[in-house]
Amino acid sequence: MSTESAVSAPGDDDVLLRVENVVKYFPVRSSQLFRRQRDFVHAVEGVSLEIRRGQTLGLVGETGCGKSTLARCIMRLYDLTSGKITFDGHDISTLSRRTMRPYRRDIQMIFQDPYGSLNPRRRVGSIIGDPFAIHGIASGQERKKRVQEVMELVGLNPEHYNRFPAEFSGGQRQRIGVARALAFRPKLVICDEPVSALDVSIQAQIINLLADLQQEFGLTYLFIAHDLSVVRHVSDTVAVMYLGQISEIAPTSQLWDHPRHPYTDALLSAVPVPDPDHADQRERILLVGDVPSPVAPPSGCRFHPRCPKAAPTCVEQEPVLQPRLGDGPDHRAKCHFPVADGEDISLARPTISAGARIIETGILADSDASLTGLGPRDGS
Amino acid sequence: MSQRIVSAAPPPAEPPSAAVIEGSAAKKIEGRSPWRLGLERLVRDRAAMISLGVILLVVLMAIFAPVIAAIVGHGPNQQFSSTGLTAIGQPKGPNSTFLLGTDDLGRDILVRIAYGARISLIVGIAATALTVVIGAVAGLVSAYFGGLTDSVIARFIDWLLAIPFLLLAISLVAVIGPSLTVVIIVIGFFGWASVGRIVRGQVLSIKEKEYIEAARALGASPWRIMFIDILPNVMAPIIVYATLLIPLSIVTEAALSYLGVGVPPPTADWGQMISAAQAQYQYGAWWFLVFPSLALLVTTLAFNILGDGVRDAFDPRGDQLFV
Repeated sequence: MSTESAVSAPGDDDVLLRVENVVKYFPVRSSQLFRRQRDFVHAVEGVSLEIRRGQTLGLVGETGCGKSTLARCIMRLYDLTSGKITFDGHDISTLSRRTMRPYRRDIQMIFQDPYGSLNPRRRVGSIIGDPFAIHGIASGQERKKRVQEVMELVGLNPEHYNRFPAEFSGGQRQRIGVARALAFRPKLVICDEPVSALDVSIQAQIINLLADLQQEFGLTYLFIAHDLSVVRHVSDTVAVMYLGQISEIAPTSQLWDHPRHPYTDALLSAVPVPDPDHADQRERILLVGDVPSPVAPPSGCRFHPRCPKAAPTCVEQEPVLQPRLGDGPDHRAKCHFPVADGEDISLARPTISAGARIIETGILADSDASLTGLGPRDGS
Repeated sequence: MSQRIVSAAPPPAEPPSAAVIEGSAAKKIEGRSPWRLGLERLVRDRAAMISLGVILLVVLMAIFAPVIAAIVGHGPNQQFSSTGLTAIGQPKGPNSTFLLGTDDLGRDILVRIAYGARISLIVGIAATALTVVIGAVAGLVSAYFGGLTDSVIARFIDWLLAIPFLLLAISLVAVIGPSLTVVIIVIGFFGWASVGRIVRGQVLSIKEKEYIEAARALGASPWRIMFIDILPNVMAPIIVYATLLIPLSIVTEAALSYLGVGVPPPTADWGQMISAAQAQYQYGAWWFLVFPSLALLVTTLAFNILGDGVRDAFDPRGDQLFV
């Protein structure tokens, strides 16, 4: 794998990917005529994170919080509004399409929709052979041989080389997507909800496949999902996103045992518990309202309109993502009033005026339709 | 992510090893491309197949026009002033020498129809090819690049569609001078706007698909994405529209020739023949008008029915076209 990697690693820096203050705005096409001022969807606003070699960073958040936008910024499918992305010691945040090309072999992506991510008019062999064709690595029989090797690697029958995507099941299609992404043994694989479109039994297979491949090739994953149990299973570190910002980031067990951000706490309390007796006993934290519009995000802490612990400070001042309540440096939360261990925030009541808590659902509904870059597909 | 998920539930439907084993049995099932499926549907369409037969006949007639001329012994531009015209200089009706009669100059109508088929088919196919190539490339570029490129091309298409085609064609040919090439270029250049619009609309939706994003993530160039990833997905509407464009081009060419700005005489051409026949019809020379008109009608009708069949075969849901 190292012979094929086009980008040499300077030094032995342990961090493979460093994302610093990445901001991505999408212009909103205003429906009103003669409106001078342009609005922007604040899809990603000042996200910083790091992924170490061979590790898996889980990224969770509800639909529309900017997870996929962040992934596409890292892939450089979108240009950044501002911020810096360092991959393997190289700044890739402002590279053009051409100069980005060599890095494409080391950063690959597995897509959410096993149906939409494979071209229905092309044969599987040609889809998986795309990386070889685009980078001019192998052609003819040599390409076929290597494609069949990759197919075997991901558990596909190499005999199916000449089939069309429509002739495969959802799980097999996702394997095709994995094969395409892994054809070059990339260093970083961004998995954009790779299992959320699959049946539960198939989900486990794909997750196991990803785990096996990670062990075999020392892959680094950025794993995006909204299924918390999946994320907990696969991740070494988990970052929680809300409205384009990271509200908490921590090692997986640390996050589950000591959630500091009320949003994290609420999310975790929503995870279904398999044991019904146990499920009855626990306290669910119900958040009021909807996610505010990303066109006009709330002031201060973005979570304040829905937070049970909201106080005037939260409206006025934006909290910093930093360790809270004596946590280690790798557990950071963006909250003025972090949740203490054992605290039940379902009993908490906000101390801010009702006006500050009005959630503008109308604005979200309206703007959602006219957003240019934040449709239902890439909105998560 | 080191530990595997081990479930107590019955083994999942398709573990990796099972997928390989299952494949050995399934190997016999041959992958059929969407094209194969469409062709199979087309072959089952009786009306389309009959039309195809008619079109093949017209094509054979065009190819073997010299043979027909040799058999009946009349050249296409040969004027038979003694045998081909009546005593008072009127065209002769169908008889044993001139199977479909003669025209006002004593030429054999059968031979001229056969030669006219050549012009019609050449214009129909060449103008359509030109139309489709310009339209497809313009539509692809416009939709894929978007922004200013899209605005310029889209406005240009609007401008083209707003032009009264026939008036412009007449004045253009009048200025440049009539010839077969000019007719083809005029029809092709002013006809691509509708193809461009259809392709643009299709590409706009296809370019948002995840597989296009996947291609970009692999580092594919815009041209590769346009022609390898997108074009095969818009080929069905292009082919359907092209089969419907051929008869349109044939009729347009006939119209231009009818108006005297198409293929210049003495070249045999259906539109010209119809135009010339009009002057003779009132004196009873019905064959002069009927046979060329029939040739034009049958040919374009056959192409249209085939085009409908192609549309049904390649776009069975009928939801992709003519947006």
